[in-house]
Amino acid sequence: MSTLSAHSSLDRDPDDNTVEIPGTRAPLVLHLETFAEVTSTVCRVAEARRAPMAWYVAFALSLSLLGFLGFCVTYLIFTGVGVWGLNNPVMWAFDITNFVFWVGIGHAGTLISAILFLFRQKWRTGINRFAEAMTIFAVICAGLFPGVHVGRVWFAYWLFPIPNQMDMWPQFRSPLLWDVFAVSTYFTVSLVFWYVGMVPDLATLRDRAKGKIQQIGYGLFALGWRGSNRHWHRYERAYLILAALSTPLVLSVHSVVSFDFATSQLPGWHTTIFPPYFVAGAIFSGFAMVLTLAVPARELFGLKDLITLRHLDNMNKVILATGCMVGYAYSMEFFVAWYSGAPFEKFAFVNRAFGQYWWAYWIMVSCNVITPQLFWFKSIRTSIPLMFILSIIVNIGMWFERFVIIVSSLANDFLPSSWDQFTPTWVDIGTMFGAFGLFFTLFLLFCRFLPMIAMAEVKAVMPAADPHHKQSHDHGRAH
Amino acid sequence: MSTATHADSQAASSAPRPVYGLIAEFENPGDLMHAAEKVRDAGFTWWDCCTPFPVHGLDKAMGVKRTILPVLVFFAGASGTAAAFALQTFTNSFSFSTWAVVKVTGYPYLISGKPMMSLPAFIPVMFELTILFSALSCVGLMFLFNGLPRLFHPLLQNNRFRRATNDRFFVVIEARDPKFLRGKTEAFLRTLGATAVEAVED
Repeated sequence: MSTLSAHSSLDRDPDDNTVEIPGTRAPLVLHLETFAEVTSTVCRVAEARRAPMAWYVAFALSLSLLGFLGFCVTYLIFTGVGVWGLNNPVMWAFDITNFVFWVGIGHAGTLISAILFLFRQKWRTGINRFAEAMTIFAVICAGLFPGVHVGRVWFAYWLFPIPNQMDMWPQFRSPLLWDVFAVSTYFTVSLVFWYVGMVPDLATLRDRAKGKIQQIGYGLFALGWRGSNRHWHRYERAYLILAALSTPLVLSVHSVVSFDFATSQLPGWHTTIFPPYFVAGAIFSGFAMVLTLAVPARELFGLKDLITLRHLDNMNKVILATGCMVGYAYSMEFFVAWYSGAPFEKFAFVNRAFGQYWWAYWIMVSCNVITPQLFWFKSIRTSIPLMFILSIIVNIGMWFERFVIIVSSLANDFLPSSWDQFTPTWVDIGTMFGAFGLFFTLFLLFCRFLPMIAMAEVKAVMPAADPHHKQSHDHGRAH
Repeated sequence: MSTATHADSQAASSAPRPVYGLIAEFENPGDLMHAAEKVRDAGFTWWDCCTPFPVHGLDKAMGVKRTILPVLVFFAGASGTAAAFALQTFTNSFSFSTWAVVKVTGYPYLISGKPMMSLPAFIPVMFELTILFSALSCVGLMFLFNGLPRLFHPLLQNNRFRRATNDRFFVVIEARDPKFLRGKTEAFLRTLGATAVEAVED
């Protein structure tokens, strides 16, 4: 009894909705009681004449990084892939590491929008819109790397089965081609999912627009949406189907990416654990990136009542769970390497931990396995500065994971006489940081001009949305 | 000739403009739901509810029939599977020519000793195209059935209706409904507890 009263709503911090009270649902929207308040809180960002100063600073920084990316890529195309530190045998290094890293980041958006939707996790409504946006921008960054890695980029259309006068076709038995189909399908479906979800909110912005330009701009993209229930009926069906289609899709994409490695004969790559291991890692890094973006965005744009502490706490729990899966996969790789009895396989793993790239391996382990264990403590899960720092550490770790898998396996394969070491050049490093410029430029533009939170979906999980809701009590609680 | 046109437009602007229908505004989903049930029972056919978010149970209250969309999406997905299989076997397994806008010829690749018809290797692309075809047709058909996109709609000209995408709930009865009688329908909507009833010009 005494514990129950200690948790009663009276002596609770009004901003903390992470406490579980038996018999009631925790509120998903704090302080905002009416639908109109939700609308104005979200629309305020896009409707403001000027963005916060921090936005301009961040945008200027991102734009300069993007410019540097443009320079590096142009230099690469005009000179050749020799400007990277690649050699024989390390023919994949920073480029493919970055590709896998960004595709992985892109997984959280669809996971939140599709899988959590199917599981009826209503807290997803606060974060799904910008997690989906993040997915799309991350996949754009990912697509850049294999695009320029092909060397002669003017032949990039050879990746697609386009009828041509040479009667030449792609080779469909190669996982690299499966990748082309998987990533481009993933990009298209994620884009469609994101856009369809946004149509009702664009209509809201259209109906509130004061200026002619906003009215026409938002009006065109709102497609004439007017909230008709006959439309909502088909819309909800379509959204459910899209979620059901995206769920296997999101699991397939990183599985196909892992086939690029797993179907080869190289020790350290040739393992059956790769598809689930890659997917868990992708979700792990994706959620970390959502946190990295959500923490400053909710501060800057005043969205703390919609992206509440409970949302962040939940994401930290997902990071903890997937972090444990990743840690399990690391140890299982070692076990299987030992149990296989194959000397090359055994060597590959011992070499990872104690060979020339030992530092990369231990950065990976400390960032991905040890750091997320801190999220067992609730005080850390609910501390904004700590979770922000930890989310960045996780992403550094996940970048190193891909680096370790790709480079350490290639550098030391079967024959010691063909071993070599990879050293990145300034173009490698510039392209890596430049991709962050591309990502953040797109993300900042999205924050400024599009509805950052799915208003229609948030309203639908508010207690007032229930037709049987009594006006007098329990505002702001989800049913 | 020009005076006649001028006179016509004069007449059009002075006469009352044709009415698209009546809108009744409600403050919460509960009131809308009760109103929708009554409008349904009154036997209207050309009517609708407009809400800022999908209200649960409203489909039943309105008597909206389940959409056929999922069935069509299934066939679209199946055609994606078939298209991917045909594409891969044509380009990689056989050598014959056919016309697909231009003349195309298949090329039987012999790769790593795999059979010409190596179905397991073709599965990933078949899966991806199944998803792609289903997703695109799902969204395309949804908008098509909804009669969207459209750049103009009489309701979007009404100032009160702007809150339909914010925080108000509307019942719309169109003038083309056989039971529609301006005065009588307006009085009927008022009995449903609407906070406002307004005519919308066409």
